[in-house]
Amino acid sequence: MIELKDVAYTYGGAELFSGLGLTLAPGSFHFLTGPSGAGKTTLLKLCYGELTATAGEVTLFGEERRGLSRDALALTRRRIGVVHQDCQFLDHLPLAENIALPLTVAGRPGGGAEGDLRDLLAWVGLTQQAGQLPPQLSGGERQRAALARAVITSPDVIIADEPTGNIDWEMSQRLLKLLVELNRMGKAVLIATHDLELIRAAKGMVSARVLRLKDRRLQMAGAGL
Amino acid sequence: MPVLPRLLSLVTGDRGADRAVPPSGFTSWLTLGAAAAMAFLAVFALAFSAATGRLADRWSEELARTSTLRISAPAEEMAAQTAAALRVLGQTPGVAEAHALTAEEQEALLAPWFGPDLPLDSLPLPQLVEIVEEGEGFDPAGLRARLVAEVPGAVLDDHARWREPLVAAAGRLRLLATLSTLLIGAALVAMVTLAVQSSLAANAQIIRVLRLVGARDVYIARAFVRRFTMRALLGALGGTVLGTAALLILPRSDVAGGFLTGLGFAGASWLLPLTIPPVAAIAAFWASRSAALTRLRAES
Repeated sequence: MIELKDVAYTYGGAELFSGLGLTLAPGSFHFLTGPSGAGKTTLLKLCYGELTATAGEVTLFGEERRGLSRDALALTRRRIGVVHQDCQFLDHLPLAENIALPLTVAGRPGGGAEGDLRDLLAWVGLTQQAGQLPPQLSGGERQRAALARAVITSPDVIIADEPTGNIDWEMSQRLLKLLVELNRMGKAVLIATHDLELIRAAKGMVSARVLRLKDRRLQMAGAGL
Repeated sequence: MPVLPRLLSLVTGDRGADRAVPPSGFTSWLTLGAAAAMAFLAVFALAFSAATGRLADRWSEELARTSTLRISAPAEEMAAQTAAALRVLGQTPGVAEAHALTAEEQEALLAPWFGPDLPLDSLPLPQLVEIVEEGEGFDPAGLRARLVAEVPGAVLDDHARWREPLVAAAGRLRLLATLSTLLIGAALVAMVTLAVQSSLAANAQIIRVLRLVGARDVYIARAFVRRFTMRALLGALGGTVLGTAALLILPRSDVAGGFLTGLGFAGASWLLPLTIPPVAAIAAFWASRSAALTRLRAES
């Protein structure tokens, strides 16, 4: 579904990484680790097409990223659910509308979406908070809401950038279980994190590959993890 | 999408797109107020254009259809030469009517300069004959040649010498008024463009979120375009109503006289101000759509 071949990315004259390869196949589960500043977020942005690689090939659902028109890229993004580290909500809209935003922009806000939305809110445990504005929510609630928004269109790939960065261990576990549940439904999952405990916890639930971005290269992480 | 559904969707709006972008107080009032002010000025520019157009037509029509024959002769020959002139004019093709001004009419003509009770008898004034033309009018060169032979004291003034500069002046005034209307439209377009750009900059984070969830540029632009178009339409509507009301309370020309008091519309031209709000809305639609799409494309 998403394939990176020999990809390099240069920012401000400095090469962040090069010769990088990655394939996100249906049902795959990947963790991406690495020190701060290694380029994890940049790599994720390449995966969902927000950035364009300076060299190499990024293929999104069979189409080379550079060949995609702006409209085609927008349509491609609807097939990728993204959970950002800082969640990125529209603070003036209630939580339910924020979660339904991908449906709204896709032009299908009605139909069975209301039922889907209710189920989704219940799934992430946010039924009571549906009418609240994002700034009124806790960090954990925002992260779960971001996950709900990422999956409302039933995307093929879910990409999460430090999804447990601002939440406690119990909430991290809960979020991880939700992601594993989605993976069992056949979704490809890619999570960037420096939370090794989370990776260890996941190993008991799912067969996950752990990749480490270090020294401008992507490596398989050691068995120590 | 066909034009009509697009226009309807512009009026009814897309609730999702509208709600995604919060209304911005500053740009909202700026657009509304500027559109109202521009429409108010446009009403006057159009009225000025219409008034100068009427003036040019009137001058052109009145002066083109009439000529004056001036007969200067000794008092004892005046009556004979006037009669000869009237006879010549009566035989000239293109002359509908020739009328020798009476003493009272000549006195009325001179009254604005010399005041009433002018002793015309004691002044060696020429006899004036007003000529009204018909059809294609008369041949001035031929008439002059005949008058030289039969009425030696007659001088024909077909008004061409001073009609043309007057009509040209009125035409230039009309051009200026039209230019003013176009400049007002251009100022509205510039103002809407700046307001849209300001609004896009203020909502950069919202645009980023919309993009990340798969919104196309057209979807994002639609929220801004509809909002600015409707604001321009409402503002222009208000400005047009105020401008038209201001024109209506101006003194009427038949009461006060003069060109400036004749500023306004006549007959069907009263419908002209009705074109201002839709034209302002179209200009705002075009400007906001163009500004939004250009900016969104430049940001990627």
